[in-house]
Amino acid sequence: MKLLSYFRGEAFQRGVHPPSCKLTAATKIRRLPFPAKVVVPLAQHIGKLPHPIVKVGQEVVRGEPIARSDDWLSVPHHAPVTGVVEFIGLRPSARGPWIESIVIRAHPGATQEDLWGQPRDFSGASGGDILQAIWDTGMVGLGGAAFPTHAKLTVPKQAKVHTLVVNGCECEPYLTCDHRVMVEQADDLVVGIRYAMRATGAVRAIVGIEDNKPDARAAIRAAIERAGKAPGGVPEGEIHAELVPTKYPQGSEKMLVMALFGVEIPAGGLPVSLGMVVNNVGTLAALGRLLPAGRGLTERVVTVTGPGVARPGDYIVPLGTPIRHVLEHAGAPGIDARQIILGGPMMGQSAASLDVPVTKGVSGVLVMRGEDLASREGLRTYPCIKCAECVESCPMGLNPSQLGMLAAKREYDLMGAHYHLGECFECGCCSYVCPSNIPLVQQFRVAKQILREKAIAAK
Amino acid sequence: MTIEIRSAPHIKGPKSVEQIMRHVVWSLLPVCAFYVFQYGLSALASMVVVTLSCLATERWMVRTGTQAGDISDWSAVITGLLLALSLPPGFPLWMGAVAGCVAIALGKALFGGIGFNVFNPALVGRAFVQAAFPQAIATYTPSFLPGRFHEMIPTSMTPPLMRPESVVAWLEAKQLDALAGATPLAKWKFEGILANADELLTSLSGHMAVGPSPVLILACGAYLAFRRFMDWRIPAAILGSAGLTAWLLFALSPERFPNPFFMLFSGGLILGAVYMATDMATSPVTPKGMWVYGALIGLLTVIIRYYSGLPEGVMYAILLGNALSPLIEKITQPTPFGKSALARLGHAKRGASYPLHPGYISREEAHAVTPKKRFLPNKPKKAQKEPRE
Repeated sequence: MKLLSYFRGEAFQRGVHPPSCKLTAATKIRRLPFPAKVVVPLAQHIGKLPHPIVKVGQEVVRGEPIARSDDWLSVPHHAPVTGVVEFIGLRPSARGPWIESIVIRAHPGATQEDLWGQPRDFSGASGGDILQAIWDTGMVGLGGAAFPTHAKLTVPKQAKVHTLVVNGCECEPYLTCDHRVMVEQADDLVVGIRYAMRATGAVRAIVGIEDNKPDARAAIRAAIERAGKAPGGVPEGEIHAELVPTKYPQGSEKMLVMALFGVEIPAGGLPVSLGMVVNNVGTLAALGRLLPAGRGLTERVVTVTGPGVARPGDYIVPLGTPIRHVLEHAGAPGIDARQIILGGPMMGQSAASLDVPVTKGVSGVLVMRGEDLASREGLRTYPCIKCAECVESCPMGLNPSQLGMLAAKREYDLMGAHYHLGECFECGCCSYVCPSNIPLVQQFRVAKQILREKAIAAK
Repeated sequence: MTIEIRSAPHIKGPKSVEQIMRHVVWSLLPVCAFYVFQYGLSALASMVVVTLSCLATERWMVRTGTQAGDISDWSAVITGLLLALSLPPGFPLWMGAVAGCVAIALGKALFGGIGFNVFNPALVGRAFVQAAFPQAIATYTPSFLPGRFHEMIPTSMTPPLMRPESVVAWLEAKQLDALAGATPLAKWKFEGILANADELLTSLSGHMAVGPSPVLILACGAYLAFRRFMDWRIPAAILGSAGLTAWLLFALSPERFPNPFFMLFSGGLILGAVYMATDMATSPVTPKGMWVYGALIGLLTVIIRYYSGLPEGVMYAILLGNALSPLIEKITQPTPFGKSALARLGHAKRGASYPLHPGYISREEAHAVTPKKRFLPNKPKKAQKEPRE
């Protein structure tokens, strides 16, 4: 099979094929009612924390800025509901530690219309204006990494970008939010793509979609055609929707660029070194909706799914909604849930409690019951038998077997210096395939963290 | 309600150590069955005794805490069956039991059990008995003897700690030449007689003492490789390199050296290449390393067979390969994504992709205009090194 895919000349090498379990691929996106309270953590993205600009007891309307950023690698937050600021202080986060958050009590019967916003006309705007406007929306990568979008779309001075790659792969099992967004919000997506192209100076955009979602490509192609017919619309051949092979982790930008163009992004480099910028479909669809209206990001599409959910589906969830509220509405009987995963099953993190809120980077809420985890329960960890399954599946071409043995001996420096630990992006393929059930990627996370701390201490 | 916190990934692939080992055992069963059909009761008894000895030793070693793993992982069964297949069918049973015990205790448990062994345990057991009982291990009896399902080969039932009696008288009573039982390799080495292809492949036509059927082993190995329980590169490299070396020597002097076909299909080369050299714990994990390791074993086998005093060289070749495999692995580490020469030069790989150059917009257009040209990206030099403000 490997040989075959090599000669077909498609996709990246290695990777895995977990069962897709896309339960909600045909379910329309639905809207979730407001919870009684929303919790907006200040740390929702990579980068510095913004600081709150509201006071306890202050009335806010939906869409009003409540936290402002001064640092370039940081974004503002907007009130997800109309209500009263009840508390500003520490609240539990998904990772476990309590972090600084703004709690807003919603007015009963408050509308879900955005009440705040200054519609803008971008017809004559420069790339810099558009970037500033993107910054003001508080947009971060909605695919899960939560990297501030304006920073990602900023092209370094010496570089030139010719291609915008739009990532519609959604290779994680269970998740369908990007899929449904592509099908239902294709027009917004095309608008967003055009803004991003103007911001970066790209002359073409290519939407890469895994080939298990042909309906998404059809929807995007139809939207491109519609946009082409409108006055001043998209010139033909500017935006493409292409299928790439279904394989995990196709959604990684390096793998997607490999699948589309057959080039490897140099190690340690960014796609911009090849003249490309990669962005997620969910992010660009939200941009296409928010930018002309001049509004902020107050809600996102979240896939609520898993064997423990009675009414799985993709829901538009106000940011800051506690998971408990989401699960009540999706019909998850709280009693037999054993594990709640924020994101997909390959890279998502376990929620420490039901009171943690949905943040900008949460693409899915996955509920696993005891019996779904049973297959993992009795598994025994053997020593590494050197079966080479992990070497055959690592998309980055590392040697996880060797790294795992070094990690067990705590040889972290050696791992980083000679075995390219820094290239690992923690996709989890090695742990997924390991027949000995060695927690490889989990050990690598620890090793990378220790190396980071050492690097900081050395400074 | 209790919520568990785990670190991703939260799902697990279907493979497990037990499953891999179980499949290897299943794939060995047809080979074993045919071996029993060839040699009768003695072969069956030898297999049972050796495997039970391996299992008992493994259980005992786990009890005493010397090693990880357990008999439930099936790996000791593989060791036992392979060891029995590599011994002569009439090998005294008590010696077989000693071989099994040494294989697990010295070959595996001493290093820490499953996954930690440096040498293939079955071959450690065989090397031990080769040194300890040279006469018994060189005594082969002919295959397809009449009455093989009714009586054992007399050497099998040698009382413990006793040396086996000669089988010459027993064979003469059956009106068979005692030398009919020599292995094809021994015949070639000491008498200069080459076996025919059909004798080697099926061994159905005569009484030649060939080992387990190479055709069956290849078929069962193909199943394992297809299900990805075994890496196809190692057998391919071993057979390729052994065949190539034998062919080169044959081309140099066809009178002195046998043809490559004989080289590949006689003795234990196929069994060693498919089942013994591919032992996961003792072979390199890196794809490049597997090729080097296999090529080395193939070369060593041919050299030992041609130039040493022994008729067979697979065992020592594989043991040497095992010893070298950590070193091979060290020098054949895979190149990470984005660090290959391809990435450094910025060349696009293999035609079926978008051109990087923005002048060509669509995939179809690119292929229509310049189907063969590889595009260089118009990348600004050192752009990635600029700080992102």
